Amino acid sequence: MIILGGRAGVGGAVRWAALPIAIAALYGTWELYVWLSGIEPQVLPSPSRVIREGWEFRSDLAKGAGFTLRETAIGFALSVGAATLLAVMMDFSGVIRRALYPLLVGSQTLPLIVLAPLLIVWFGFGLTPKVLLVVLVTFFPIVVGWIDGFAATENEASNLLRSMGASRWQVFRYLRFPNALPRFFSGLRIAITYSVVAAVVAEWAGARLGEGLGVLMIQYEHSFRTDLVLAAVFVTAAVSIALFLSTYGMERLLIPWYFRTRRHG
Amino acid sequence: MANAPDPPKIEARDLHKSYWTADGPLAVVRAVSLTAATGEFVSIIGPSGCGKSTVFNILAGLETADAGSVLLDGEPIGARAGAFGYMPQKDLLFPWRRILENTMLGLEVRGVPRREARARAQQLFEAFGLTGFERAYPSELSGGMRQRAALLRTVVQERDVVLLDEPLGALDSLTRTQMQEWLEEVWRRFRWTVLLITHDIREAVYLSDRVYVLGARPGSVQTTVEVDLPRPRTANDPAFLAVERELTEALRVETRKAERDPAVWP
Ligand SMILES: Nc1ncnc2c1ncn2[C@@H]1O[C@H](COP(=O)(O)OP(=O)(O)OP(=O)(O)O)[C@@H](O)[C@H]1O
Ligand SMILES: [Mg+2]
Repeated sequence: MIILGGRAGVGGAVRWAALPIAIAALYGTWELYVWLSGIEPQVLPSPSRVIREGWEFRSDLAKGAGFTLRETAIGFALSVGAATLLAVMMDFSGVIRRALYPLLVGSQTLPLIVLAPLLIVWFGFGLTPKVLLVVLVTFFPIVVGWIDGFAATENEASNLLRSMGASRWQVFRYLRFPNALPRFFSGLRIAITYSVVAAVVAEWAGARLGEGLGVLMIQYEHSFRTDLVLAAVFVTAAVSIALFLSTYGMERLLIPWYFRTRRHG
Repeated sequence: MANAPDPPKIEARDLHKSYWTADGPLAVVRAVSLTAATGEFVSIIGPSGCGKSTVFNILAGLETADAGSVLLDGEPIGARAGAFGYMPQKDLLFPWRRILENTMLGLEVRGVPRREARARAQQLFEAFGLTGFERAYPSELSGGMRQRAALLRTVVQERDVVLLDEPLGALDSLTRTQMQEWLEEVWRRFRWTVLLITHDIREAVYLSDRVYVLGARPGSVQTTVEVDLPRPRTANDPAFLAVERELTEALRVETRKAERDPAVWP
């Protein structure tokens, strides 16, 4: 694990400090450039201004983020459920796998930018098109995580269970499913990182005023508030990163054995 | 026949098996017959690739033989799995299950209620030197302990015959010697009917009532050696050494044939 890794001691301290130092350097350079060049804030606001104005408009941003998060959560939950169901079906039936896998790959080639406005045309300005876009974006990595995980099952382990008289379903339940969980989480991690952006893109394409970070960005842009657009962008990034990190917590909670095994084995 | 002797616990008669490979049929097992009486410890040795594991897979119901039959108490068992407890070379303990949960896997598969399965597995923990490790994860155990846990998982199912495919092959030599002594002890205590595959001749002599030497692929029984020595045995006893020498010689002949043999038959 790269992000949360790190050991005690001097090496550990350097590792922990590396990220804050990089952020501070970036911030300083940006601030300095804006100050020295005298560039207009409508074109490029200084980071301190972005923070100040973002704080000023915090209730709007928080409300928008709440909308976006809700769309993301609903879409993501649906996606995990559907992807899991489909992956299990594909594991049990070669016919289903051969029929659906190419379609799934195809679904990933659709350009979101084109699809988002179409979904708005078909389903209106409400929740549905946002949820659908989140599902579309997150579905594939989750299915692939499951399928790869199932496929990584050792033959000898299946044989052991079969020698005990296990049915196909029991082999799945006792072996294939738990064995696939670590890879499922890898897929989940990729999916959750894209999920917020998918919701934002759908809002961008069309939503009621104030209902989501994407539509806020458009409103701010139209009133030449580049500082607030950037503030909304940073909130989007922060939410994505928080969700990404939360998957590590979920993992530790749901598959604690995985970390023990890695530490010892 | 009024006074026919009891049939052996397990009897394999004339097993044949070929695989289809890219280069055509590959005969792996040819006319293998073997028997074990109730409570007997029987070993199988043979050159690498001669079909030993394949014989076990047939017995365990994982493969079907092309010809031949398997009798249990004199009755054919067909292709049905379930009479055999099977322990492969790798311990295959599931990393997501604690040791106690791992050892009760076979019982759970058979639908024994969890509480009862737990109690039955737990009863054996002391004899298997695993007391105190019930809640440990497999990665926290030493190689020898893992192997004992895998054996516990096998025998707790109380199948008619226990199949051990090189159970000690992955252990270092000191642990391995200790495990051989321990295995001999628990076997004498519980009197399972055991078929053991091993590459270690001394291990075979130390543990077995009878040893089958399979020939080069396609494997068939070349030599059968009854080991009629008092237990526990000591490896520097002249009688022990004589049996060991006899088996070494038989195996050397077969291994040489295996090296000369073309990979594909016919
Ligand atoms: N499913 C299969 N398809 C094709 N060939 C196979 C298959 N399973 C085993 N074989 C071949 O059959 C031969 C015997 O295999 P087996 O595993 O029974 O040997 P073994 O005596 O157990 O060897 P070892 O001592 O190395 O474990 C080998 O040459 C192997 O490559
Ligand atoms: Mg083998």
